[in-house]
Amino acid sequence: MRAKQMLATMSHEIRSPLSGVVSMAEILSTTKLDREQKQLLDVMLSSGDLVLQLINDILDLSKVESGVMKLEATKFRPREVVKHVLQTAAASLQKILTLEGHVADDVPIDVIGDVLRIRQILTNLISNAIKFTHEGKVGVKLYLVPEPPFAKEGSQHGSDGSTANQSTTSASKTESYTSTSKTSSDQNEFHGKKNEGLCQNNSHREPGTPVTNGTTDGSEEQVELPATTVWLRCDVYDTGIGIPENALPTLFKKYMQVSADHARKYGGTGLGLAICKQLVELMGGRLTVSSRVNCGSTFTFILPYKGSTSCDSSDDPDDLSDMVDHDAMDEDETAGFFQFLPRTLGSLFSSNGSSRTQKLMPHNIGYAKSHKLDGLSENCYSFPMNNGPPKEIDSAVQISSEPGSSISHSWDPDNKSWICSEKSQAVEMKINTSGPQLPPKRQKKPDVGSLSKLNGRQQVLKNSTTSKPKILLVEDSKINVMVAQSMLKQLGHTIDVVNNGAEAVCAVQKHGYDLVLMDVCMPVMDGLQATRLIRSFEETGNWDAAAKVGIEQDSSQPGHTSPTKRIPIIAMTANALSESADECYANGMDSFVSKPVTFQNLKECLEQYLG
Amino acid sequence: MDLAQLQRQLVDYKTSLYHEDFLDEQFTQLQELQDENNPDFVVEVVSLFFEDSDRLLNELTKALEQQSVDFKSVDAHVHQLKGSSSSIGAQRVQKVCIAFRNYCEEQNVEGCLKCLQQVRHEYSLVKTKLEFMFQLQQQILSAGGSIPM
Repeated sequence: MRAKQMLATMSHEIRSPLSGVVSMAEILSTTKLDREQKQLLDVMLSSGDLVLQLINDILDLSKVESGVMKLEATKFRPREVVKHVLQTAAASLQKILTLEGHVADDVPIDVIGDVLRIRQILTNLISNAIKFTHEGKVGVKLYLVPEPPFAKEGSQHGSDGSTANQSTTSASKTESYTSTSKTSSDQNEFHGKKNEGLCQNNSHREPGTPVTNGTTDGSEEQVELPATTVWLRCDVYDTGIGIPENALPTLFKKYMQVSADHARKYGGTGLGLAICKQLVELMGGRLTVSSRVNCGSTFTFILPYKGSTSCDSSDDPDDLSDMVDHDAMDEDETAGFFQFLPRTLGSLFSSNGSSRTQKLMPHNIGYAKSHKLDGLSENCYSFPMNNGPPKEIDSAVQISSEPGSSISHSWDPDNKSWICSEKSQAVEMKINTSGPQLPPKRQKKPDVGSLSKLNGRQQVLKNSTTSKPKILLVEDSKINVMVAQSMLKQLGHTIDVVNNGAEAVCAVQKHGYDLVLMDVCMPVMDGLQATRLIRSFEETGNWDAAAKVGIEQDSSQPGHTSPTKRIPIIAMTANALSESADECYANGMDSFVSKPVTFQNLKECLEQYLG
Repeated sequence: MDLAQLQRQLVDYKTSLYHEDFLDEQFTQLQELQDENNPDFVVEVVSLFFEDSDRLLNELTKALEQQSVDFKSVDAHVHQLKGSSSSIGAQRVQKVCIAFRNYCEEQNVEGCLKCLQQVRHEYSLVKTKLEFMFQLQQQILSAGGSIPM
């Protein structure tokens, strides 16, 4: 203990002058230096950053272990935290990844906890996920769970230093790793129950291995909680390189060495995994991981929070709507889903003054170019090679990630499981999924009052075309039309329906639409071509391209001739190879929903693009 | 059979359909779209599916009887069937369609014929079961009860 204390004190003492050195080096780097000097300085900065990072981690770790760390109790909004952390990560993201966050409806608007630490933990887990993921997505899922079994083993709160140093490990055959500092007699029960809990939500990992997909036991032995404690579970998942089984036991024991580049990129002091684990346990929770090499990993932490007094922590959806009503929230506060798609061209080309962006650009241009050569249609847009103003680039086609990934992941909301398919070459950018615990909330009639999730636009009370968004559905199958139409009606929209791409182009020629839902495979003209033609009109102001393929504008109708803003075109794709995400984006589509279309997917898509 | 028994039977029957993969969660989506504004939605959509599938299966039979099979056309029909079956949640039919399309791609007539037979089989199974389920529902409604969802 004394050695630790000494280390902590010394670390403190060491930190100041070291900060000084690093700061001076940074100032130096802004002065005029020759090439050799610059290189030497870079090494200095890297090393300095690394050491600083280490010292901060040591200090944090020792603080936690010696029980000196005081936990705050502040009221905060989990949704905001998730959104903010993702936003920050997205802003400095230099890879082509999708970041997403799902907060279940039953998560309270406000909770009480140590928001700073929680934010740090989340940031660290997300940073790690991004670091080890080169394609696909990184996401956060936050949802209410019943009191987990480990909670009954005694309170872990407080800074009485009760967190033991000894951590025993055990791995289950479902490859999920739990680490605990409890006695062994409790462990088996804990692991058993925990694994079932994990299995339920980690069934994406092992399509082939034995996983109990049953519901967790925890829900059946719900104990009477003091009314104000809610348990929130947070999964930080990624489609990254995964962690090999033999590395799992040491994952939390000693933190991975954070590289200097890593520290520079994301700024701030991240915390090592060991610290995360200690913190989570100090707060009365558990941090676990489940991973599959080449598939991805999920880090999960479960924490108790005190419910805020202004709302109850019931997970009954009806109660939630009452609560929302009571607090008179606006949509932002209850938004449960965030997604940051890789707007590669737009964001990376926009100047943010950082030298890192410049470095990345040639890489992305190269990427875009090679992608273009991948046998796409010759009507593909050309990408500006120079650093033109962002405005021009925004109108160019967006490229999505992963042209040739052999492993794709999709969250199947219908089966509430992950599909890790190894054959498909198409990468699915699933638009939205509902939180795992709650069935999609539905309003039979667009009710004005309670549910703030349905925002004002969707009140179909008047026929005024100014307030109601005009939606065009392009779909050839009568059954699919019927289903989609019914869903859109329930969401409060009336729609125009056409049955193929050519009719879609005609319709767009005649009216302005706020959104187009475009099936991909259709007779006469498919969705990709129709989209290209519409985009051509938006960019050139004329319909020459359409005329070339035989679509004549109906001269009797006064068409809307001025290209207004870009119409969001959403593909409805069956995920065949010919309907891959890449192709959709390359042809000018903004996004897609997978078939079969579900109510929740449609709803979230509309919210995103009619927002 | 009294009303409560009928309702229990319906619930059990529906559960078994899900359990045996005849139906999947997409069917639940359909049910959730049914409301007082749209009271017969499920029956309507499913009936449309039956009509459409009958037509497609006929086309497929004809196309595969040809001397020189037009695989593109066969594939297009199967694609449609796959789409519609997936939209209503007829999972087993959808699954066969996936295999069917693979054979089309390989231009394998034998494989296609085998799949056609399979898809006919699965389709008739799910059709029978859904029709039975609707019958039960009708009985319940006639007896003055409500459909347990």
